[in-house]
Amino acid sequence: MAKIGVYVCHCGENVKGAVNIQEVLDFAKTLPEVVIAKDYQFMCSDPGQNLIKEDIKEGLIDRVVVAACTPRTHEPIFRKALEEAGLNKYFYEMANIRDQDSWAHWHDKLGATEKAKRLIASAVAKVKLAEPLEDRYQEAEKSVMVIGGGIAGIFAALDLAEMGLKVYLVEKQPSIGGNMAKLDKTFPTMDCSACILTPKMVEVGVHPNIELITYAEVEDVKGYVGNFEVTIRKKARYVDWEKCTGCGHCMTICPSKAPNEFNLGLNDRTAIYIEFPQAVPKKAVIDTDNCLYFKTLRKTGKVACKICEKGIPSKNIAGCPAEAIKFEDKDEFLTVKVGAVILATGFKVMEKHHFKEYSPNSPDVLTALEFERLISATGPTEGELRRPSDGKKPKSVAFISCVGSRDERFHTYCSKVCCMYMFKHAKILKEKYPDIDLYLFFIDVRTAGKDFEEFYVSTKQLGAKVIRGGRVSAVDIKPNGKLRIRAFDNDLCSPVEVDVDLVVLATAIEPGIDTEKLGRFFGASCGREGFLREVHTKLYPVDTASRGVFICGCVQGPKDIPESVSQAKAAAASAAATVMPGKIKFEAISAEVIRNKCSSCGVCVNLCPYNAIVLEEYQGIYKAKVEPALCGGCGTCASACPSKAIIFHGFTTEQILAQIEALTTY
Amino acid sequence: MGWEPKIVVIACNWCTYAAADLAGSLRYSYPPTAHIIRVPCSGRVEPEFIVKALINGADAVLIGGCHPGDCHYRSGNYKALRRFKLLKRVLEELGIEEERIRLEWISGSEAKKFAEVITELDAKIRELGPNPIKRGV
Repeated sequence: MAKIGVYVCHCGENVKGAVNIQEVLDFAKTLPEVVIAKDYQFMCSDPGQNLIKEDIKEGLIDRVVVAACTPRTHEPIFRKALEEAGLNKYFYEMANIRDQDSWAHWHDKLGATEKAKRLIASAVAKVKLAEPLEDRYQEAEKSVMVIGGGIAGIFAALDLAEMGLKVYLVEKQPSIGGNMAKLDKTFPTMDCSACILTPKMVEVGVHPNIELITYAEVEDVKGYVGNFEVTIRKKARYVDWEKCTGCGHCMTICPSKAPNEFNLGLNDRTAIYIEFPQAVPKKAVIDTDNCLYFKTLRKTGKVACKICEKGIPSKNIAGCPAEAIKFEDKDEFLTVKVGAVILATGFKVMEKHHFKEYSPNSPDVLTALEFERLISATGPTEGELRRPSDGKKPKSVAFISCVGSRDERFHTYCSKVCCMYMFKHAKILKEKYPDIDLYLFFIDVRTAGKDFEEFYVSTKQLGAKVIRGGRVSAVDIKPNGKLRIRAFDNDLCSPVEVDVDLVVLATAIEPGIDTEKLGRFFGASCGREGFLREVHTKLYPVDTASRGVFICGCVQGPKDIPESVSQAKAAAASAAATVMPGKIKFEAISAEVIRNKCSSCGVCVNLCPYNAIVLEEYQGIYKAKVEPALCGGCGTCASACPSKAIIFHGFTTEQILAQIEALTTY
Repeated sequence: MGWEPKIVVIACNWCTYAAADLAGSLRYSYPPTAHIIRVPCSGRVEPEFIVKALINGADAVLIGGCHPGDCHYRSGNYKALRRFKLLKRVLEELGIEEERIRLEWISGSEAKKFAEVITELDAKIRELGPNPIKRGV
C-alpha cells in the first residue's frame, strides 16, 4: 500500500481566499492510501518544502500530492524536493487548485472548494499508480553547426568557437557576409558596414575552432539533439580552393558576363568570379550557367573556351597563375556529427515587380537594397549616385515605405528596419549632396530603438521632407523621364504630387527561399508568414520546437543588426548550454513497448511523429521498439496500440482511467 | 444542493492546459464544473478515456488540443481529431447526445476561449440534463 501525503498550499490568500482549506484537508484524509494531509501558507517556500522532505525522511510517506498552483511552473521545484529527500521524483503529482480553481471561481467559494476536492482526488488516484522513473542521459557531440554566414551566423559561430567548441559554419554563397556585406552604412551610428563586418568575417576565416564550409547546402539531417548527423553538399567550384590565391586574375580575362548578384544585377560580373572584393574565403568559383566552356560543352560537346585556365597565348595573356582551374570538379558530400544546430539563414527582400502601381519596370525605380548598392563605395558606381537609366545625378529622390509590409495583400507584419534605413539613406545623400531634394513617404514613422528617434530628428533637420499620409497611391513615368509620385499628406490634409528623378521602394523583408525546407530538415516549424518560429516569444526566444535546434537573426523575423547580433549571442549561449555538459538529459516521460504484448501490427510505426518507432527482430519476430532518445513524449502511439503493448510512462492508461474514476466519483 | 453537471476535460499540456492556467491568472470566471486531466498531447487521448468517463457518469467530456499545425509534438492533434470523429459517430449510435462530447483547439493564449467553451458547455449540459447512462442506472 502506498503512503500518500497531501499538502495543500494557501498561496497566501490566492487559494485560501476561495477554497475552504480545512474542508479540503478533512476530505483528503478520507481518500484511500492518504496518510497525511497538511496545509501551509506557501508550500513552495523553503519551510513548505521542508514539511514534505521531513515526512519523506521519517518514512511517513512515499508518494506526494501538492495542491497548489500549476505544474507547468512548479512541478520541477517539488520534484527536486522529493529527490533531495531521497524519493524518486516521479512519485509526485500536483493538483492545480489555484490557476484552474480558486482564481477562476473566486466568487463561488462553495464550487471552488468542491472542485478542489475532486482535483485532489484525481491527483491522489494518479500518484497511487506512479512508478519510479529515471531520466536518461546520452552522450552529446561537443560541436555545433551554424547554418548561414550572415552577421547572425558569424557572431553565433565566433561566440561558440571562443567557448572552445568545434563549429561548422555552413554558407550557401561562396563567401560569408550575408546581406550586411551589401550595406553601405548602418544606422544609427553611420558606421560603414564593411568596416565593422569584414574584421569579423576574417576572424571567422582564421579561427582554429571554426570550420568554414561555404558554397554548400544542407542535403540531409539524421539524428537528434546531442547527435545530429548533417550531410552537406559542397557545390562544385571548378576552382581548386587549395590552390586559388584569390588574386582575381581570372576575372580580368574571362569573356563571359552575367548579372552580378552581389550588386543585385545593377552591373555584370564574369562567369568565373569572386563574390566581392572582401570575400571570406577569397576564392573564385565558376558559374556554369554562364561560363562559355560549360555552355558550349552542354550544347555541342566541344570545348570552346578555357581562357581562365590557359590564358590567350597569342596575345601573351597568361591563365590562372596558381593553376587552380578544375573543370572536372564535382559536388562533394560530407557528413558531420554535431550536438546542436543554429539556423541563421536570414532574409530576402521582396522584389519590386509585385507593385505594378509603382512602375517597377522603370530602371529608376529601385528597391532599397539596390539603392544601397548604388550608393555603396564597393557598388557598381563606386558610391557615386547616378540614375540607372541615363547615368545622370538625380536632383530629387523619393523614398516610399511599407512596400509590401503592413499590407493585407502581401505581408501584414512591419519589416521593422525600413523607416530607419530610409532616414539613413536620406542622411547619406544629404551629407554627400546637400542640394538634393528628398521626399520620404511614410504610413507613419516608427523609430522605437536606442538613439533612433534622435537619428530621425537630425535627418529631418538636414532638410529631408517627411510626408505622412498612408500608402503612396502611384508612381507614374512622365514623358520627360521624371517619376511622378501621387500620395496624401496628413499635415496638409490634401493629396500631393511630386516629380522626382529616382524612386526607392522600401520593400518588405521576407523569409529566405528555402527557409521552410531547411526548417523541415531540422523539425523547426515556420510561422504564418514563413519565418522560423520560436517556441515561446518571451521565455524561449531562440529555441525551436526541435530540441537542440536554435534560431537567430532574420530567419526568425525582420530585425536590425544589433538585434540580430543579440539573438545570435543568445542562440550561441543556448546551443553551448546544450552540448557543453557532454551529455543530454531525456525526460523519463516516454513510451516503451512491452514486447510480449506487441502483435507486430506496426500501427505505431507510422503514427509516431518523430519516427522513433521501428519494427525490430526479437526472438525471430518483428516487434515494435521505441528509440528513447527520439521519443518526443506525446503518447500518440500508446493511445493507438490495439494490443495495449505500449506503456506511456508518466501518463499511463491506468493512471488516466483512475483519474477519470476519481473525478466522476467524488 | 441539487444536480450539478460534471465535466471531464482532458487537455494537452502545451495549449489547452496552458489556456486554463491563463484564464485563472486573468481571473476569467467560468463554472467550477469542469475538471482538467493533464496529458502531454491530445494525441494521448484514448477513445476509451471518453467512454469510461461517460459510463462513470460524467455529463460531458471535452478534449482540448493545440490548433492544427501548432501541435507541440508535430501532429498529435490530427490523430486526436481522427479518433474523436470515429468515436463520436459510435456514441451517437448509442444515444449519447452529440453535445456531450466535444473537441476544441484552444491555444495557450486563448484563455478567453477556454472560459467561453466551458461556460457554453456547462449551460448546454444543464439544458440536456444528466448523462442518460447515469439516469438509466
